[in-house]
Amino acid sequence: MIYVVFAVLLWVSGWMLNVRLANGPHAQSRSIQLLVPAIFGLTILLIWELIVRGLSVPLVILPPPSMIAGRFAGSLPILWQDFVQTFVKGALSGYVIGCAAAFILAIVVDRFDFLRRGLLPVGNFMAALPIVGTAPILVMWFGFDWQSKAAVVVVMVFFPVLVNTVAGLRDTSDMQRDLMRTYGASYSQTLMKLRLPAAMPFIFNGLKIATTLALVGAIVAEFFGSPTRGMGFRISTSVGQLALDMVWAEIVVAALAGSFFYGAIALFERGVTFWHPSQRK
Amino acid sequence: MFKRSALPVLTVLGVILALWYAACVPMNSAWTAQQLARSGATMTVTETVGAAWSQDRPRLPAPHQVAVELWDTVVMKKITSKRSLVYHGWITLSATLLGFAIGTSLGILLAVGIVHSRAMDMSVMPWAIVSQTIPIIAIAPMIIVVLYSIGVQGMIPKAIISAYLSFFPVVVGMAKGLRSPDAMQLDLLRTYYASDAQGFWKLRLPASMPYLFASLKIAVAASLVGAIVGELPTGAVRGLGARLLAGSYYGQTVQIWSALFAAAILAACLVAIIGLIEKVALRRMGMRQ
Repeated sequence: MIYVVFAVLLWVSGWMLNVRLANGPHAQSRSIQLLVPAIFGLTILLIWELIVRGLSVPLVILPPPSMIAGRFAGSLPILWQDFVQTFVKGALSGYVIGCAAAFILAIVVDRFDFLRRGLLPVGNFMAALPIVGTAPILVMWFGFDWQSKAAVVVVMVFFPVLVNTVAGLRDTSDMQRDLMRTYGASYSQTLMKLRLPAAMPFIFNGLKIATTLALVGAIVAEFFGSPTRGMGFRISTSVGQLALDMVWAEIVVAALAGSFFYGAIALFERGVTFWHPSQRK
Repeated sequence: MFKRSALPVLTVLGVILALWYAACVPMNSAWTAQQLARSGATMTVTETVGAAWSQDRPRLPAPHQVAVELWDTVVMKKITSKRSLVYHGWITLSATLLGFAIGTSLGILLAVGIVHSRAMDMSVMPWAIVSQTIPIIAIAPMIIVVLYSIGVQGMIPKAIISAYLSFFPVVVGMAKGLRSPDAMQLDLLRTYYASDAQGFWKLRLPASMPYLFASLKIAVAASLVGAIVGELPTGAVRGLGARLLAGSYYGQTVQIWSALFAAAILAACLVAIIGLIEKVALRRMGMRQ
């Protein structure tokens, strides 16, 4: 019981600290803006630990964070093997293939107005569908190994990237295109020097949406069959064995992989679209 | 109007359909060839193509096979029958809608809190944004099993996954929307001596509607995915996800494809309904002509 009381106290004091920091004179400074969410996250973790211990919640319902951390540190080789199988082989290869294919098709579609008007509504429609449902079909076609996961990822990332790229390629004003014409620029020159750079913010928007979808696709596809490694496989089998600490460790891996993947694309975006208002300091 | 939008779309759909039929032949003829080699008979090209389009368990079912299966299981079966797709669709849809309602209301509440409390904004918002970059769906199997072990099963666990998936897009979109009134509009209200509550009801909330509807469309699609994935790990016997799973266990490709199309139609209808509500609501509010 004492743990629970302590948890409540911790919550109140953590929250008061955050309120004070957020309304204090230095609230706009970079360190405070990082500190406040960090305090919040840390408080949640501590309260989780205290409540689980205090109320002695069964481990099959919710393991405490310390146990998850222990499991994480204790099974690094397995986690790394699953990470390579699901993320590097499945998600990343599918991501590259899917985004490249969507990009090339977008350039072609943009060239022909008829195609654009026909494909764009279809693409928009497809982007909203539960494409992850194609997983059982693709697993049947490409086998249990990473190829089928990559195929699911390709299908999942394809439409958001396509739609965003096509929208981006349209994002130049008549004035800008007329200027290129007065320079006597050819189609490819206009594309390379004006329209592709102008499309970059849109393209990166699509690429960023696709990072999460890629991981979701690779993990869910493993629920339909996989070799005896991979994050989705480990999650579904560990759940079956009620080894929830392992499940949580895999979720930590998935969260880290997703955040770093997104962060890497965002960093890349900052380098490419440094001129865009949203990136200027 | 027809020539501008419908004709190109129909052409593209026609091409997709033609490619599909064409793809059926190489995908399915391996099986036919095997049968032929066994019996020693030969087939003409037209017969091979015909066989590829009418197998029982093809690798890639032809479009008309999927359409026939959809028609059979949606219209011809009684709604209460275990083989009716309407029955399975309803199981999934009810979990989706319940989860969507929970996730959306909680998301709106949190967004209101975020806009009104600086501490909450700075504490929660970074996490809400980070949570969009991680594959939340990975926890779906765990939620199902944990709730099962404490005696909750059926619709609720799936609805919780749906709620969880629809929650974050709504928080982020709604917080953005509630902040969308510019300084000039806020100043105007201040000159009217409007209270915070009045500012909220008369300016912030109406101004957030376009943002809300945009994130609702994402959220409802995510809810459906959540409900379908929520049916996978326990080997559920009811629902569209269960149809997908059963189909993949028993190699019933036509069943997988028809469940997939049913899910797609369901998603399209849900998004379309939200779009329609959006159109009507925004017009009534005078935000769109």
